[in-house]
Amino acid sequence: MKKVSKIASIIMAVAMVLACFTSCGESTTSNAIKIGAIGPLTGSAAIYGQAVENGALIAIEEVNAKGGLQFELKCEDDENDAEKAVNAYNKLKDWGMQISLGTVTTQPCIAVSTEVNADRIFALTPSASSTDVLGGQPDADGNVTIPRKDNVFQMCFTDPNQGVASAQYIKEQALGEKIAVIYNNSDAYSTGIYQKFQAEADKLGLNIVCVNTFSDDSANDFTAQLNEIKQAGADLVFLPIYYTPASLILSQADKMQYEPKFFGVDGMDGILTVENFDTSLAEGVMLLTPFTADAQDEMTKSFVAKYQEKYGETPNQFAADAYDCIIALYDACVNQNIEVSMSASEICKKLIAEFTNPNFKIDGLTGTGMTWSATGEVSKSPKGMVIQNGVYVGM
Amino acid sequence: MEKIKNLNKFTRTNIRAYGLIILAFIVLFPLQSTGIISNSISGQLVPICTYIVMAISLNLTVGFLGELSLGHAGFMSVGAFTGVITAICLQEVIPSAALRLLIAIIAGGIAAGVAGFLIGIPVLRLRGDYLAIVTLAFGEIIKNIINCLYVGVDSNGLHMSMTNAEALGMINGKLIINGPQGAVGITKIASFTAGILLILFALFIILNLVNSKSGRAVTAIRDNRIAAESVGISVTRYKLTAFIISAVLAGMAGALYAMNFSTIAAKKFDFNTSILILVFVVLGGMGNIVGSIVATALLYILPELLREYADYRMLIYAIVLILVMLLTNSEKAKQMRERFVYKWKKRLRKNNDQQEGLKNG
Amino acid sequence: MTFISNLINGISLGSVYAIIALGYTMVYGIAKMLNFAHGDVIMVGAYISFCVTTYLGFSPFVSVVISMIVCTILGIVIERLAYKPLRKASSLAVLITAIGVSYFLQNAALLIWGSAPKTFTSIVPFGSIALFNGQLIITAESIVTVLACILIMIALTLFTRKSKMGKGMRAVSEDKAAAELMGINVNVSISVTFAIGSALAAIAGVLLCSAYPVLIPTTGSMPGIKAFTAAVFGGIGSIPGAMLGGVLLGIIEIFSKSYISTNLSDAIVFAVLIIVLLIKPTGLLGKKITEKV
Repeated sequence: MKKVSKIASIIMAVAMVLACFTSCGESTTSNAIKIGAIGPLTGSAAIYGQAVENGALIAIEEVNAKGGLQFELKCEDDENDAEKAVNAYNKLKDWGMQISLGTVTTQPCIAVSTEVNADRIFALTPSASSTDVLGGQPDADGNVTIPRKDNVFQMCFTDPNQGVASAQYIKEQALGEKIAVIYNNSDAYSTGIYQKFQAEADKLGLNIVCVNTFSDDSANDFTAQLNEIKQAGADLVFLPIYYTPASLILSQADKMQYEPKFFGVDGMDGILTVENFDTSLAEGVMLLTPFTADAQDEMTKSFVAKYQEKYGETPNQFAADAYDCIIALYDACVNQNIEVSMSASEICKKLIAEFTNPNFKIDGLTGTGMTWSATGEVSKSPKGMVIQNGVYVGM
Repeated sequence: MEKIKNLNKFTRTNIRAYGLIILAFIVLFPLQSTGIISNSISGQLVPICTYIVMAISLNLTVGFLGELSLGHAGFMSVGAFTGVITAICLQEVIPSAALRLLIAIIAGGIAAGVAGFLIGIPVLRLRGDYLAIVTLAFGEIIKNIINCLYVGVDSNGLHMSMTNAEALGMINGKLIINGPQGAVGITKIASFTAGILLILFALFIILNLVNSKSGRAVTAIRDNRIAAESVGISVTRYKLTAFIISAVLAGMAGALYAMNFSTIAAKKFDFNTSILILVFVVLGGMGNIVGSIVATALLYILPELLREYADYRMLIYAIVLILVMLLTNSEKAKQMRERFVYKWKKRLRKNNDQQEGLKNG
Repeated sequence: MTFISNLINGISLGSVYAIIALGYTMVYGIAKMLNFAHGDVIMVGAYISFCVTTYLGFSPFVSVVISMIVCTILGIVIERLAYKPLRKASSLAVLITAIGVSYFLQNAALLIWGSAPKTFTSIVPFGSIALFNGQLIITAESIVTVLACILIMIALTLFTRKSKMGKGMRAVSEDKAAAELMGINVNVSISVTFAIGSALAAIAGVLLCSAYPVLIPTTGSMPGIKAFTAAVFGGIGSIPGAMLGGVLLGIIEIFSKSYISTNLSDAIVFAVLIIVLLIKPTGLLGKKITEKV
């Protein structure tokens, strides 16, 4: 054993030296702006990271085809883990990243956004939706936990935004008398939306009869939760969760012959694209989402066609958000005359100025006339959608 | 060299272990502070330090005490969250980051020690795989409870709740732990130096324990519990001592770990993390402290080095893990190695003989 | 009525755990190793069945047979390549290797089938049964799962008690060296154990995904851990123990979700496990171990 450890220590020393050299040896002479993305490419959340990578690559192809300013993308894996995300971030920094595409999922993004803030690298996250990513947001009692990270912006809605919008939508459209909620209490995204939904629902006087949770560890069986909700007589079930568990809830409710209305948020988008999913189960499901793959405008149609051709899948909202991020970054770079030779902090300064400029508007897949405020939040309007005959129809 | 060889086995292990860590520090610290090594490497230094402490503390339970623990990350979690709460509460009172870090680490260690004591009493009554599954269960319970925990601080002191953040009833306060979202407002105060000091402290505690009367009692229990009991060793007491020390060190590592990231969540300290640390220990060799240190550093860096291979990275990692286990543990590999070493030695001896012969001739 | 409905759901969930736990218990009983890759063999079994029905268009029954064959081969190959060389190594070394195999299977599945979830078509062609004016609804999947679980347990018990091979396996589990002296081929016995365990995993995978029809590369890992808990709960190494442990674990899980707290249901399941093990340190039906110096 001692021999082994001796040999191992030698290997380690060599490996470390090699690692050192390889990173030092990398040159930064390419003629494109280096954009680094971090997301889960392996593990249970891999689908989100891969969608972002694919969506961003399509946008970069289009942007580079214009012949002007060139972009280059490198995507690193974080396994949906804050620690690995910081490692990935450091790796991208060694590569010479000039703009960060944030990270895909919330928890890692909170960790990385602090790093980009300290290092002055501009970050626009496609899909990390917690307000903790941006910082500077007071909670209901006016407590501010994290100061605003001024160079971090979001492309997606913030969680509170979605929770509040959902509650208002349900109230306005009088969708349900008795409302039940199932959310994932081991997930920051889901819990975040639920908490704001509950607060807003109390304010609006919505009748929430039953609140149930599940965790990533027990995301198989929902019969107990559904039984309870059925007993409580709920006619609308609010599901602020991702579409994978949502598809399970729909199929189990169907087997129980329980047919309430279901209402989802943007994480629900993608449910129709699950391979082999019986879309009749999702009939009548309502959701608030900024993007649907069935939209008939030219931009969406061309994006979906390209995506299907390249990756053989229908793009979900993560891919669309990533696409919009690149488009927004490109426009901002062009407006500010940003050049490849500029340092990350120079670019950062200019991009902050551009993104907080009220005249800076982006038309993308997930919204038209999108603008950003100094808080880092995007302003775009979610569309209420309902699934009819296996396709989204605007409400 | 000759002198080292003549020292007894324990002293030799000590010198090797301390020497390795101090050498690593002397080499890496100047490189890190001058920014010569890449961001990637310097960013990994603190996590590696914490995992080393985790591995050597688990080695105490698994290697020396001989009990398989699958919930070591639970203690790390307790330490991490206690450390975070302490550090955030003391932010205004103690301006010195180093002192605050020290207090947070100590608080984390104490909390994990208390958890270790409470868990140890029932757990250590069990044996073998049953003990393993109960440690796993405790790890999961800790994760689940912290996942539902909300802690905040304002001018009236600490607030705690199991329902939601609003139930804390804070006015202009600061939310420290936000349920599943974990702790989010951590100021990063961990440093490589602190990591090295913590490793040295852990080494000091464990090496001294192992070489003491208690340590010999612990290994006696591992080798034969009944025999140990029959010569009057109090099995429960020594087992519990070793278990608690292991938990305290894990808690300290957890606190240091938490202070290195701006956010941590309970989800991080799950079964997979416990297994990861166990892999470090087994690969480094049971009861082999130096082995644990080396294996941790190597296995931590490996997936990062494999980033070039993108999608195949974790697949390669899995294959390497299996191959290393086969090479170091299988009968055939052992025989082959022995044969190789034998031949090598023979050739060396021959060379020596020839040289001797030349000299003499 | 809710109570009965919850009870049935619990038994149904528990039966899935029980079938997985049977695989753990068989391998543990004979090879004395914790096969952490078992959960991932389940996932492979489900994917194979999915591909056979969806892409090749065969009937669900054929898909179960094919997936059993593939998993059996996979189990034997894993055993030969990864576990057999370590037969004389410490049990921890084998445990770590099993974890390596588990990572390998998960990441290989990710590369082959991608990260996007797939919806599994239930292999049970019937709908749910409604009783008492629709107040009590029993899904066809839960009936099939429970029946399959009972059948498998009976078959396994008969096999280990009556057949020559099964008796040999029991002898190996008692004392490897003595069994070898009696002319039993230990290596073959262990390979057969892995083959049976993996075939069971295929069935478990198909049933798991019929009841909970989402298929991703990590589908098997959490049910795997819970089933392992169930096996220990019932007394690892004991076939009826695995069955009892699995069913009880399922019932406790559903009941704690329905009547105590969905937030803390996992903690409650594990807390019950700890209490049981403190009262009966070798599980519910585990053998008492007498130690000699």
